[in-house]
Amino acid sequence: MEAEDEQSNAMMDEIYSNGGEESERSRPIISGEQLDIEAYASLYQGRTKITRLLFIADHCDNVSMRLEALRMAYDEIKKGENTQLLREVVQKIDGRLGPNYAMDAAWCESVDRRAEQRKEKLENELNAYRTNLIKESIRMGYNDFGDFYYAHGALGDAFKSYVRTRDYCTTSKHIIHMCMSAILVSIEMGQFTHVTSYVSKAEQTPEALEPATVAKLRCAAGLAHLEAKKYKLAARKFLEVGPDLVNSYNEVIAPQDVATYGGLCALASFDRAELKSKVIDNVSFRNFLELVPEVRELINDFYSSHYASCLDYLGNLKANLLLDIHLHDHVETLYDQIRNKALIQYTHPFVSVDLNMMANAFKTTVAGIQKELEALITDNQIQARIDSHNKILYARHADQRNATFQRVLQTGNEFDRDVRAMLLRTNLLKHDYNQRNCRKL
Amino acid sequence: MQSVENLVTQIQGLSSSASDISVLHNFLKAADDSLRSETPRLLPFLDQLDPSKHSLGYLYFLEPCVYVTVTKERANTLVPIIARFITSCVAEQIRLAPEKFITVCRRFKEQVMLLEVPIRGVGPLLTAIHKIQASTEHLTALHPEFLQLCLLSKCYKTGLSVLEDDIYEVNQPRDFFLYCYYGGMIFIGQKRFQKALELLHNVVTAPMSSINAIACEAYKKYILVSLIHHGQFSTNLPKYTSSAAQRNLKNFCQFYIELANNYNSGKVAELETYVRVNREKFESDNNLGLVKQVISSMYKRNIQRLTQTYLTLSLQDIANTVQLNSPKEAEMHVLQMIQDGQIYATINQKDGMVRFLEDPEQYKTCEMIEHIDSSIQRIMALSKKLTGMDELLSCDPLYLAKAGRERQRFDFDDFDTVPQKFNI
Repeated sequence: MEAEDEQSNAMMDEIYSNGGEESERSRPIISGEQLDIEAYASLYQGRTKITRLLFIADHCDNVSMRLEALRMAYDEIKKGENTQLLREVVQKIDGRLGPNYAMDAAWCESVDRRAEQRKEKLENELNAYRTNLIKESIRMGYNDFGDFYYAHGALGDAFKSYVRTRDYCTTSKHIIHMCMSAILVSIEMGQFTHVTSYVSKAEQTPEALEPATVAKLRCAAGLAHLEAKKYKLAARKFLEVGPDLVNSYNEVIAPQDVATYGGLCALASFDRAELKSKVIDNVSFRNFLELVPEVRELINDFYSSHYASCLDYLGNLKANLLLDIHLHDHVETLYDQIRNKALIQYTHPFVSVDLNMMANAFKTTVAGIQKELEALITDNQIQARIDSHNKILYARHADQRNATFQRVLQTGNEFDRDVRAMLLRTNLLKHDYNQRNCRKL
Repeated sequence: MQSVENLVTQIQGLSSSASDISVLHNFLKAADDSLRSETPRLLPFLDQLDPSKHSLGYLYFLEPCVYVTVTKERANTLVPIIARFITSCVAEQIRLAPEKFITVCRRFKEQVMLLEVPIRGVGPLLTAIHKIQASTEHLTALHPEFLQLCLLSKCYKTGLSVLEDDIYEVNQPRDFFLYCYYGGMIFIGQKRFQKALELLHNVVTAPMSSINAIACEAYKKYILVSLIHHGQFSTNLPKYTSSAAQRNLKNFCQFYIELANNYNSGKVAELETYVRVNREKFESDNNLGLVKQVISSMYKRNIQRLTQTYLTLSLQDIANTVQLNSPKEAEMHVLQMIQDGQIYATINQKDGMVRFLEDPEQYKTCEMIEHIDSSIQRIMALSKKLTGMDELLSCDPLYLAKAGRERQRFDFDDFDTVPQKFNI
């Protein structure tokens, strides 16, 4: 990472000190530069660290990066008890990292054996609690089971065990604990509908929640909305995340992610006023943005209409965002939406726009910009027409008077048609009814 | 029982005043059965009667004749006789026996078809409709027959004269279905797609307790015409459509709905392949011509869309975006559309640019004001009719009986609560 830093300009240096996931610079042209996996991984802990590393290993084109990610995943797994995951990783490493990273059968066996014993012990304990009917103990028993399954990678069973504690919850604190565990497991499983329902369950508890818990719930809800492609709702949730989050939820999400996810979703879905009031003037979110200065800069650029530099930042970030486990599927859509928004905003104040200038501003060719504008006009997102001969875009001002006349005549015709059809149908019905009556008589 | 000769003299004597005619009508009704049994002898007697004076008697004599199974030769003699009768008969007299008149006209139509000269029936049937119709708002059983003859003889314009009257009163649903279906086809033939759509829509959404073949065929044409005219089609039928139609129509017209889906994707090539693959299906439905029009309308639709986006565009670019082979072809399409008033544009042949203009209509001219005024008048008349209909319906004993029956249980509660309030 240090080597790469030197190429970056001063502003970038400031970024690196944070060690955020986007903190290394990668101009897309320079293929050698890459995500600093170690710094990235250090943001997370627990299972998500492993899954994120594996995700990078699966989606990165760079072989050395892949191996690096796998190596770290291997080390991380060794700290835990998930033997299944180890087998998968070893298979993926395929001996490329030398004898130290081969299949460790002895370790697996000992872990499995210990797991077996522990499971037995837990089962016995739980049975004992159940016969004694001590609610709190049963809850603890199921909870321990959930923890145990979670550690060993049996997410479905873990989820079931956590949810089972619900019947034995006596205080809202217990309920929140149950919800948080369920949310954690559901996120790991990718079951985001569960996430939404448990977030709302947790928010409904009568007691006031701790600020840190609130922040965690906001993050989880935001992720769920993001996965459901409801970017506007996702942005709102991420923007509401309080400063108390710090690093407390890094088994799921790092504060840097909150800034990136929230920032991009907001850019893609908010209008200018909302962007200003909810993002740029938002004090608590600004703290998050400080962690990822590129996102901060690109939002400011967007707001102050420096689209070229904004798009530059976005282009630079893209490669790394594609390696993010949650954002991966949404990068293209979000980028398209942001770009369209930028195009719309650019044309909005003008009566006529020179396509050459516009193409410059957006770093593309005239033909390219024409295509994009065409799509937006057809979609009725820009009210304008293109003079493709002189390469000028003219805003189109709807003539209210003519439009009204047109609409009135059209409505009149429709009314005419509908009423006549209606009268006809009534008569048909009447006839049918009369005939049925005649038949009866 | 009177002999036929006797009847003839009575007809000749009793055809002058209205009261005489009603007497005659009674006589004729009584003699109807005997006339039927005398069928083979009747034809010569017709010469003794004058259709313009003794219309009712003539009708009673003519009707049994048409029941006999017809051969070509017989049709050849009958057709001119019936045609003469229809044109010269007196409306008041034949309206006394409308069923007989309609039977005669129906037979007449069949004979004309048998002789394969549908055009000979067009004129007489139009006269027949005017004579039997109580008002222009009534649909008679002859309407569909007439329109069918118009279609077969390609006399679309003559058919329009009937179609232009709005129909409200319907006696037979089947007549109505056929009337709208044939009418729709005539309008399609005249390329007046808006009206065609309206009529076909009436068929599809008409109340029906079970699905029928006419509605099915109408729905197929409705899909195609709506693609040609609006460039889109939604499979959702309005909610007043009968449930039988809503449930079944789609299943019977699967190929057409597929076609509409292909159309909506906006790719000409895909649409063309689809049509090529399923050509026989459309051909066997006799809809291939319309399907071809659907394809060509897609080019138009795409060009029209360009006018929304561009002020100027070269013919080459138009050809590229619309997937035409050459700029020349694009020019032809654009020219045609300008002529038809579908787009407003000028073509600069020197540099091959097309300049799209806005709709020049400013809604300022006298004609436009007159047009708007006439529309207002029309709608006012219509809403008067609607109110009238509403009043009529709310006085209809059948309706009231049904509505009253449904409300009864509420009434009971209404009366019951009053005394309870005073119960202390």
